[in-house]
Amino acid sequence: MTYVFQFGIVFDQLPLLLEGALLTIRLAATAMVFGLAVAVMCAYLRTSGPKPVRVLVAAYVEGIRNTPFLVQLYIIYFSLPALGIRFEANQAAVVAMVVSFGAYATEIVRAGVQSVPVGQVEVGLALGLKRFQIYRLIVLFPALKAVFPALASQFILLLLGSSVVSAISANELTAVANSLQSTTFRAFEVYIVATVMYLTIAVAFRGFFAALYWIVFVRGRER
Amino acid sequence: MRFFSVNDFLFILAATRWTILLSLLAFALGGLLGVLVAVLRIARFAPVRLAAAGYIQLFQGTPLLMQLFLIYYGLSLFGWRLDAWTAVTIAYTIYAAAFLGDIWRGCLQAIPKEQWEAGRALAIPYLPQLFLIILPQAIRIAIPPTVGFMVQLVKATAVASIIGFVELTRAGQLMTNATFQPMVVYPIVAGLYFALCWPLSVWSQRLETQMQVENASGRRK
Repeated sequence: MTYVFQFGIVFDQLPLLLEGALLTIRLAATAMVFGLAVAVMCAYLRTSGPKPVRVLVAAYVEGIRNTPFLVQLYIIYFSLPALGIRFEANQAAVVAMVVSFGAYATEIVRAGVQSVPVGQVEVGLALGLKRFQIYRLIVLFPALKAVFPALASQFILLLLGSSVVSAISANELTAVANSLQSTTFRAFEVYIVATVMYLTIAVAFRGFFAALYWIVFVRGRER
Repeated sequence: MRFFSVNDFLFILAATRWTILLSLLAFALGGLLGVLVAVLRIARFAPVRLAAAGYIQLFQGTPLLMQLFLIYYGLSLFGWRLDAWTAVTIAYTIYAAAFLGDIWRGCLQAIPKEQWEAGRALAIPYLPQLFLIILPQAIRIAIPPTVGFMVQLVKATAVASIIGFVELTRAGQLMTNATFQPMVVYPIVAGLYFALCWPLSVWSQRLETQMQVENASGRRK
């Protein structure tokens, strides 16, 4: 059997797909910013918080890292309304992505914090800084620099993993592709175009992170 | 409406075997293909090396869900009627091979260059050098990250539920539809995944610490 590719019908709908791609980028970028904030906070609590807090953060990190993102998404979107917490599909997607990325990033940032020489912390103590000041002013910057590549790869995983939020009818790139294939019956072509878009976005973000690393960590503070 | 009963729990528990079976299949087949990818990725012949790098880039740079859709819908367009098991197994094999190939490439390259040179000095041909000298040493350092990837693979199988493949997550969805109790069902599903993944995570971490201790104590280089 021979199959004739018809991309024309897909390209007619390109604006829709691009809109979906834009939402994918927005979801991932939002999740990264808030997730990183969660991670920076949790990494501090995980290393220097009181014991019960440390255990709690560890439970959060291990709980998220050992369950699938899709199930976390279902819990947030389908289970939480039973407790009176309701989200729209797109909101639920962002919340799930923040919670998930936050856990992975916590573990990464913590590794970075532990890579900072103890001497630097002691200098802070000698200067009479408080623990959190030491973390914020001395430890955080070199820690983030050390783990930047790992954070960047984790973000790419987040970006690609975001395609499963189409399962709760958030209308990002995959969801747009799904609805297009059901109206055009050109599943293969639609998914190829969407896949190429994902690949392009992923490659673009890798470039962006390389540039960001150079601007913030190489040129920004030469010492 | 009916309440979530022991039978419902057993239904979900029984579906866990499909998650386990799919993970094992993907790991075994993906591992075989992954060895090939890793070996080709460090080949001396540049086009082969680039092709392997392209394969890794392509499948690590696109969503797993898209790969599933493309294989599920794509191959049937060319007249191959695939049942769900075959399609899903193919997709996860390709996916696992890209990640394992990349992990193992790193392990192969971590072996000092002198080991290759020693082999060459003894006039050992390329393939025996690779399989008798480099691989046995690389396998040691490859074990912790490989176990770590198994966790990722088990979690990734949840995505197969989206194309209707019945495994743990899909069973949870079916039970939710039957009982209308997502607050009970999905935490149970998450708990079962945790029970599968957590031991692997702990094992992987322990192997890694062990190796660091061995390296630090200088027993082996």
